[in-house]
Amino acid sequence: MKTHDRPRVPEAGPANDGARAGRSFWTSRRRDHLAGYLFIAPQLIGSVVFVLVPLILVVWYSFHEWNVLAGTFHGVGTDNYENLFDDPKLPGVLRATGYFSVGLVVLNLSLALALAVLLNQKLRGGVVFRTLFFSPVVVSLVAWTIVWGFLLQKNGGINAGLDLIGVDGPNWLRSEGTSMLSVIVVQCFKNVGLNMVLFLAALQGVPRELYEAATVDGAGRWRQFWRITVPLISPTILLTSIITVVGSLQVFAQIAVLTQGGPGGSTTVLVYYLYQQAFKFHHFGYGATLSVLLFLIVLVLTIVQWQMRKKWVFHES
Amino acid sequence: MNHKKSTRTKLVLYGILLVLCVPFVFPTWWMATSSLKPAADIFAFPPKLFPDDPSLSAYSRVFELQPFGQQYFNSMYIAIVVTLGTLAVASLAGYAFARIQFRGQNALFLVILTGLLIPSEVTIVPLFQMFHDWGMIDTHWPLVLVPVFGAPSVLATFIMRQFFIALPHEVEEAARMDGLGRFAIYWRIALPLARPALAAVAIFTFLHSWNLYLEPIVFLSTPEMFTLPQALTQYVDAYGGPMWNVQLAAASLTALPVLAVFVFAQRQFVEGLAHTGLK
Repeated sequence: MKTHDRPRVPEAGPANDGARAGRSFWTSRRRDHLAGYLFIAPQLIGSVVFVLVPLILVVWYSFHEWNVLAGTFHGVGTDNYENLFDDPKLPGVLRATGYFSVGLVVLNLSLALALAVLLNQKLRGGVVFRTLFFSPVVVSLVAWTIVWGFLLQKNGGINAGLDLIGVDGPNWLRSEGTSMLSVIVVQCFKNVGLNMVLFLAALQGVPRELYEAATVDGAGRWRQFWRITVPLISPTILLTSIITVVGSLQVFAQIAVLTQGGPGGSTTVLVYYLYQQAFKFHHFGYGATLSVLLFLIVLVLTIVQWQMRKKWVFHES
Repeated sequence: MNHKKSTRTKLVLYGILLVLCVPFVFPTWWMATSSLKPAADIFAFPPKLFPDDPSLSAYSRVFELQPFGQQYFNSMYIAIVVTLGTLAVASLAGYAFARIQFRGQNALFLVILTGLLIPSEVTIVPLFQMFHDWGMIDTHWPLVLVPVFGAPSVLATFIMRQFFIALPHEVEEAARMDGLGRFAIYWRIALPLARPALAAVAIFTFLHSWNLYLEPIVFLSTPEMFTLPQALTQYVDAYGGPMWNVQLAAASLTALPVLAVFVFAQRQFVEGLAHTGLK
């Protein structure tokens, strides 16, 4: 992302002052300040009320226990945080969250890049293929997930297809070994089109001369890809990886529809666990504590990725 | 990369592309065709790519079992209100941060940007408490207010700001000389020029609202208030098992309109979103 220069705004010159001679207090500069505040007011007030205040409240709630049904609310000190460390389910939840994020990022970015490279070959009909690969992005998420749930059943379409080639498929969503893998694959095909489009735009910005020069120097396709393509599109790789990692931590609907966190907790990721604790079991204080944990994970990951950009993002100049 | 490709290379590339298409296209095809099959045929072996005897009975069940028309209307109007609201809030703020100089601008921009760091799932517990106190549980207010003013619109504000920064100054300065006020410049000059950015923001805002799932199930409890994603998962039989043909019919009704618009206007979708991601 580039930083831009601040736009030049002309100082209140004599012409402007002359036009507003009668109202000396409302100089053009003051009017600008006021306009600025009025323009940002909806977003600013909204950010305070619906983002910052809830963020402070979630920390506050994490030191309390609160029962909506009984209407009780009382401080419990650091009990919720102690529960966090003692919670026998939490290691599994964190493992599932990590498995999902790593699996999704690796699968999504490599597939997106492969598709973009294929589509960048300037074949006739490329736009049709691009449209088809992108189409799941606009299919309603829950609708998409329901169809895959249907296909992934023991006697569903995937296993019927495998049966045709003589393979006896597992019960994808009901076996601990395959449940998370299934969720990752479903999510990957849903959204990989978005990253593909970003990669495609980046690839089109790579100057052709570089490849021609490399070919003259005798570099093969594979070498060109790693030495020219990847470094030149590294800012896009960073951007898409941040978007995909943060997005992967928010996965909820797919889990709720496909597996409800099962079997045996194998797909209970942090947001699903948070939802269960707060809204199923009505442990709002503990839910708030899990929210704080989620926030810290997102924060740390974003900072780490942002720092990494210095290391491996290539800049032309 | 090469100027001319041999026919063999081309055939191989087309072959790879066709195989790769299957997991992207087949589910939607399977959804639409299975919704037309009778319940008994839905797991027929070998699977049938086309229904033998297409029937719309699953579609009529969709409307008998739930107030699906009402739920469709809920999702539609919420997505439209959220999209229009986000466009207004984000373009105003984005314009001000890009083109107007005022005191505390950078600090206020940072305050707003924190919304990008905070997934809405982090704040769902306190938001539930706030809307509970305001008597807005089981209303559509949380599904409109939070996206329009809260974290989801921050990204839109950021995109609009990036777009307005890149606009040439001359147009605006000429308008100022003509005595147009700030709002008139924003409304009559800047907004019409920002059509590509507005379109991109509108597309992703609409899709985001249309797909929202956690918030509706947290905030809504009566079927008449439900939105589509939530309604889709309610088609279950007495034992809690999904009624597949009815679910797939409802899913088709939910997925196909947006898909149809997309096929019609795919260039705007794809290029708009690509543009947004890179700016």
